[in-house]
Amino acid sequence: MSKPDETGRGRSGVSRRAFLKGSGAAAAATAMTGAPGLEAEAQGAEPVAGLTTITLTVNGTPHKVEVEPRTTLLEALRMGLNLTGAKPISVDGASGGSLVLVDDKPTSANTVLAMDMVGKKIVTVESLISGDRVDAVPMAFVHHDASQCGFCTPGFIIAVKAFLAKNPKATEAEIRAGLNGNLCRCGTYANIIPAVLEVVKGGGNG
Amino acid sequence: MVEYVWPSKEDSSVLGKSIDKIDGVPKCTGTAKYSYDINPDKVAIARALGCPHAHAKLKSLDLSKAEKVPGVVAVSAMKKVGDEIQWQGDLIAVVVGDTEGAVAEGLDAIVAEYEQLDVFVEDANLEAAEAAGRTAKAGGKVQLEKEPDGDDPDFEEKELARLFKESAAVVEGRYGIAAITHMCLEPHGSTCEWKDGKLTAHLSTQNVSGTAGQFAAPLKVTADDVTVHCDYIGGGFGSKFAVDRWDSLAAQLSKDLGRPVRLMLDRDLELKNGGARPSGYAESKVGADKDGVIKVWDTHFLSAGGFGGAPVNQSVIPYVIVPPNYRRRGTNVKINTAPVRAWRAPNHPQGCAMTQTAIDDIAAKLGLDSYDVFERNLVNVEDKDRRGVYAEEMKIAAKLIDWKAKWHPHGKGDKKGSVVSGLGMALHTWGGGGHPSTCMVKIHPDGGVETFIGSQDLGTGTRTVIAIVLAETFGLPVEAIKVNIGSSKYPASGPSGGSTTVGGVSESSRHAGLDALVQLNEKVASKLGVPAESLVAKGGRIHAKDDAEKGLSWKEACSLLGMSPLEVTSKGAPGRNSKLSSSGVGGVQMAEVEVDRETGQVKMKKFVTVQDMGLVVNHKTAVSQIYGAMVMGVAYALFEERLMDPRTGAFLNSEIADYRLPRLGDIGEFVVEIYEPESERARGVIGLGEPPVIGPGAAISNAVANALGVRVPVLPLTPKRVLDSLQLAARNA
Ligand code: FES
Repeated sequence: MSKPDETGRGRSGVSRRAFLKGSGAAAAATAMTGAPGLEAEAQGAEPVAGLTTITLTVNGTPHKVEVEPRTTLLEALRMGLNLTGAKPISVDGASGGSLVLVDDKPTSANTVLAMDMVGKKIVTVESLISGDRVDAVPMAFVHHDASQCGFCTPGFIIAVKAFLAKNPKATEAEIRAGLNGNLCRCGTYANIIPAVLEVVKGGGNG
Repeated sequence: MVEYVWPSKEDSSVLGKSIDKIDGVPKCTGTAKYSYDINPDKVAIARALGCPHAHAKLKSLDLSKAEKVPGVVAVSAMKKVGDEIQWQGDLIAVVVGDTEGAVAEGLDAIVAEYEQLDVFVEDANLEAAEAAGRTAKAGGKVQLEKEPDGDDPDFEEKELARLFKESAAVVEGRYGIAAITHMCLEPHGSTCEWKDGKLTAHLSTQNVSGTAGQFAAPLKVTADDVTVHCDYIGGGFGSKFAVDRWDSLAAQLSKDLGRPVRLMLDRDLELKNGGARPSGYAESKVGADKDGVIKVWDTHFLSAGGFGGAPVNQSVIPYVIVPPNYRRRGTNVKINTAPVRAWRAPNHPQGCAMTQTAIDDIAAKLGLDSYDVFERNLVNVEDKDRRGVYAEEMKIAAKLIDWKAKWHPHGKGDKKGSVVSGLGMALHTWGGGGHPSTCMVKIHPDGGVETFIGSQDLGTGTRTVIAIVLAETFGLPVEAIKVNIGSSKYPASGPSGGSTTVGGVSESSRHAGLDALVQLNEKVASKLGVPAESLVAKGGRIHAKDDAEKGLSWKEACSLLGMSPLEVTSKGAPGRNSKLSSSGVGGVQMAEVEVDRETGQVKMKKFVTVQDMGLVVNHKTAVSQIYGAMVMGVAYALFEERLMDPRTGAFLNSEIADYRLPRLGDIGEFVVEIYEPESERARGVIGLGEPPVIGPGAAISNAVANALGVRVPVLPLTPKRVLDSLQLAARNA
């Protein structure tokens, strides 16, 4: 473990502030590549600075959102689109609290930049409810009381969705081995295990 | 005269059953809004700058560059030049801006100079603390069965020496438990907005009814101009009772800027400021008879409460099992960390971990089964009435973990390669009496039922408890009750701490429900021409007790209210005379672990809790509370601790990646049984949030000691501590 530096930042070696600050212009260049929505502007090779309007495809719908090059996907979702299911819990994705699916891959929304997400398919926890229809995973969480304060729960549910997509017939041992990227302080793990097993049994991770 | 009692078990339709949380769907679909999630129009983001030094004087503070950062709308100092800072991460200034990026840039543009002062953070080191002048005497107590002969000034020492000499077994050791943080996943903070001179503070709080006044005074408004609102809170565990200085500042900045402001601590500052549990280290000498019954106990303990915080209270040493002769003395150590805050079951986990480990060492020394030693020591349980309950609970727990078949003498179990297994147990106790609470019930003429209580839900299922109580009272399904909590504008209810909420809100809801029902029954009675006392509310109807045909549907009954809803506000009456609630619970925890002697890694195999809690309102959420407490127990027993650099006072693991906590794969098999015979149920509702978090430290430590034949004396039992203890034991052998 390294010594603390003078900024008083945490010990993960990642300072949230340095990350956000440093990811200004330099990150903008990355944002250009593979971001069709930005291609036109990118022709001139001038790095993007300040506010730009981009289009993010979230839960099947394109949304216009104003971002800076340094805006994370998490900030764009939470502040720009008021989709606050994904939570800011850790600086580096260590808690799994900000998980969303990006092109079906579980991704910590606070570790990627909004501009890099243009043209990708983003799915958030809010997509799992429409009207009275609730997806099988959150419903199993409710039946097994697998949320207490609930702050970690949206991230956990996205993790379970992604896990079950890959392991639709997961056994209890596989569940115990495969869902360790998420942190719950209230201690809902013992309820999450049977909740996931119930979804496996029902085959309802649709 | 209304009699405030619960229906019998047979007569209960929802009370005591397993009911899904009524707010489960919003929590599990990301639609529940926490304070961090409130996004009023034009909300500005505020973040704080923490002091990099653990003890320093602020020499200069230049905010001018930060103010010029594009997107920054305000910068505000939280310390003055000349102020002394007592812990790393204490808040120096706050930057408010339009985006997270602008705020981050603003924070980096603040220029602060410090004069560094002497730092002390070694909470486990008495010698160093004395040398640094950082100690103060803590309270203590001496209790001896024998009266002093005359006025011998050495009586105490002589008598203790005599008792130890007479003991068949004496254990001497140092037992400790490191400081941990609360690590609420939603940090401390609020989103504040003003409208027409009135403040709405969306505060992450365990105390909606008690915090409006705290906001008001420094803002020069009165409490009625403040609404504290908190529908959902992302963890509190005892650390979120008050309006913190950064919350007051957020409210002030919002007022000054004329726009909403959200100030949440970031993870690093959350861990440095948002609350910690004090460590405890006990040098103990314990004497027992040949059966392992403890006769004498002498402890000197050390605890550090952080700067200005309260260390471990001496009253928990020894814990639950208190022999007739004991002496406890203590020293408090002043360290450069933020003041500690109440942490789930304040004092008890430390007391249990520091003392019930020594009891297990007595068993090891005498070569006795730890279960037998704990059982024989029930004579030392102070509350005589509870001895029998513990004995019953021990039997159940032993069966669930198969103690008799699995137990082996300490260090003498079978080895699977380098892996050994072991069993350990501990006993705990807690109060859990209900807090004062007021409930307003509103019955609408169309049959709708609403209820309002200035309480909050920490994740324990408060809303559902209230709905169950009123559904039972009115004979309605749980979904028929619309529960409103989480606002200071609702009738006042106590803060959610100390396991007081379920008792508090059950009391007030039952009172208000029964009071309302009396009024409704009168109307039904005159319509039906039967005496009101003969009516019962059951199965969606109000009908005569002995003639179910003679009655009205709930809807028809409510239509008799005419145009306006029936509103009844009642207070609960917890306390000695209440038949609805009570106080004082106990429980037994037994752990089975596997320890790898080569790597030092401890793995949870099985963990059993048997818990009494009076009358259970919702079986499902009660079991979840116990599971959760067991996870938190595994956390502080095996994983988490606050790591401080002794030289600089830096908090070394203030990010989640570095602060070790158990994950889903680390918990092993959990088994919970709620002990609820009629004798317990008759006591009424008692809170349970705290008790099952108390015993895991001692139970798991005892299991590790049973596996290894060596005590690993300080929690958490990290691989390093396990290996160090094994090495030390090998050297001493
Ligand atoms: S439910 Fe509270 S952190 Fe998981």
